Amino acid sequence: MNATQPRLRALACSGFVALLLLALLSGQWWLGDLPGRMQFDARLAPPGVDHWLGTDALGRELWARTLAGLGLSFQVGFLAALLGSAIALGLALLATLSPRLDALVRLLIDTLLSVPHLILLLLIAFALGGGLQAVVIAVATTHWPGLARVLRAELFQLRTAPYIDISRALGKSRGFILLHHFLPHALPHCLVGALLLFPHAILHEAALTFLGVGLSPSQPAIGILLADAMRYLSGGYWWLGVFPGLGLLLMVLSIERIAHGLRRAL
Amino acid sequence: MLRIEQLSLALPYYPRFWRRRFATHLDQLSFSVTAGSVHAVVGASGAGKSLLAHAIMGLLPKDAQLSGSCFFKQTLLDEPRKRALRGRELALIPQSLSALDPLARSQHQVNWAARRAGLPPSPARQAASQALAHYQLDERARRAYPHELSGGMARRVLTAMAHVAQASLVIADEPTIGLDPAQRSRVLDALAALALQGKAVMLITHDLRHALSIADRVTVMREGRCVESADASAFQGTGQMLESAYARALWQALPDNAFNVDTEYAEESRFA
Amino acid sequence: MLEACQLRYAFHTQPPLFEEVSLRLGAGEWVGLSGHSGAGKSTLGRLLAGYDEPTAGHVRIAGQRLPVKGLRPVQWLPQSPELAVNPRWQVARVLHEAWEPPEALRHAFGIKPEWLNRPVRTLSGGELQRICVLRALAPGVRYLIADEISTMLDPITQLALWQALKAEAEKRKLGVLVISHDAALLGRLCQRRYHLENARLHAAEHHQLP
Repeated sequence: MNATQPRLRALACSGFVALLLLALLSGQWWLGDLPGRMQFDARLAPPGVDHWLGTDALGRELWARTLAGLGLSFQVGFLAALLGSAIALGLALLATLSPRLDALVRLLIDTLLSVPHLILLLLIAFALGGGLQAVVIAVATTHWPGLARVLRAELFQLRTAPYIDISRALGKSRGFILLHHFLPHALPHCLVGALLLFPHAILHEAALTFLGVGLSPSQPAIGILLADAMRYLSGGYWWLGVFPGLGLLLMVLSIERIAHGLRRAL
Repeated sequence: MLRIEQLSLALPYYPRFWRRRFATHLDQLSFSVTAGSVHAVVGASGAGKSLLAHAIMGLLPKDAQLSGSCFFKQTLLDEPRKRALRGRELALIPQSLSALDPLARSQHQVNWAARRAGLPPSPARQAASQALAHYQLDERARRAYPHELSGGMARRVLTAMAHVAQASLVIADEPTIGLDPAQRSRVLDALAALALQGKAVMLITHDLRHALSIADRVTVMREGRCVESADASAFQGTGQMLESAYARALWQALPDNAFNVDTEYAEESRFA
Repeated sequence: MLEACQLRYAFHTQPPLFEEVSLRLGAGEWVGLSGHSGAGKSTLGRLLAGYDEPTAGHVRIAGQRLPVKGLRPVQWLPQSPELAVNPRWQVARVLHEAWEPPEALRHAFGIKPEWLNRPVRTLSGGELQRICVLRALAPGVRYLIADEISTMLDPITQLALWQALKAEAEKRKLGVLVISHDAALLGRLCQRRYHLENARLHAAEHHQLP
């Protein structure tokens, strides 16, 4: 690889992360029931040759559980980021249509931003009864305002661009301008925003699950693993917390890295 | 002061996302700029005028391929020397006004330029206020932040900075673009004043007519090549003293002249 | 006939940029408009094209108000073509936004077929300005407001642009208001000239060049 070809390097970097993510996602199939299989002869085994990252109190392989947990987190993060940025984009586009709609959207954004979002997150997830769906909806509905504010500002700046005026003078309808001028302009920002939302969503999923209003304890989510680890931490079973935590950190950092690279490139 | 020999420049572009090719932007340019004179470089947009300025200042992207040589005061001007000299011996008045620090008043910007040139604080302040007066910037303009300046005033602030930096070569890139006639003539006067002090001034512009009002020599560029270097006095009458057809057509196309292009040349030049 | 009657324009409560401005632009007529920067030439041009509403007074075209919807009969051409096109679009899409110019006309404006599939940012200012001018010449357009459209161009490109526009405008009897600082250029192009100064519009002395 040639260091003077930045685009090639960025491409290779993204390719590597994509491969990693593929391994995570496909883990559901090739891991089988390994994350849940109990081995009573090997409870709380430290990391070693037989048990790569050690086992938990029920003798379950930690590496398999971490991998499965990350796969689950990725799913939640992906869905929540997709839903959240769709809401943000829709409302930002709506705001460009008339000053009154804009005031409404702004009010909504400001209201949501003024409430500490972990509380809101807990309330929504609790109200929806927990589970994957509830977590996705709760994270998405609390995380769109930041992105919506950025997109709205971006589109408002565009509204004064001469080519928008000219398009109108050439007889184009509001719908055409929205679809062909505003939307393509907003999409790259939206993509970056969604990618930046992604790590947030994953962390909040873990937090919700850790606090007990997220995924059910039978699923090997990172939040569950960490909550379990808390109980054994005082016993010196450090691997229970360190490896899932490290895995989460790596995933969040790599996605964040891509998002920053993309933001510079666009 | 500045001698350019066989300067060629190629920049990368990406026909596909991952594939890289090089396109020639400057093609074996040679000319020289003497001290105490204004040398205009004129040509259409895309002729490579701004790239020439950036090449001399050493402001090209890292992956640019530059060949040929520049000599500044009879010494080879290589990349380390460009870095060492720019902002001091070499000054650029850029096209974009974002070159001014948006958070500083004009007088401070000029003051800093004087300090960078190595003057101690109090002579620097003195030099700065003299320079600002010299370029007809009043008290209000001196205390203004860049966003409060008009285009012409901002360019005169940049000129004043080049003045106090005691640069011996000043390159002005399209300094008159977007200015009304009064502002334009003030900026051009400021550049002519720099030349009178013995500096070499390189004026890069598409505006042949107004460049001629202060230029001593004119280099006409087209598609990265130097078409002709002539004395400014050769641009008169029907352009019969000019050697190249393109330079003649450029002269003839001005509204004050024929506002028409030679027929033999028209088909080729028309939208070429 | 494009007519402006007693136009007045002010930002909020500030003193008006100009007032009592009346001008007429007939079909097939070329009229110049000059004035210092900041005198409000561009604003006046935008009012005539219906981009902004005057504080007082009105703009009429053949005695009617400017239509709000659909293709406007008065088109405004701004100084920098880079801002007048969507930077994400391809040349063909920009050119065909309102109509599809016939090939002969594309040729007359020197628009090469191979540009059409390129992104707009690969064209130079002069090339882009010709795309913008041709884009605005859709059928149904009767007046053009050309706001300093050739100030950024070198003399040859400027000449070629005006020659192409002049030929097409004569064929279609388009009225053109040329906004420029350049008295010589206005002399070449226009039959008469207005001058905007001290918030008022005057008919200016004009020397038409052959």
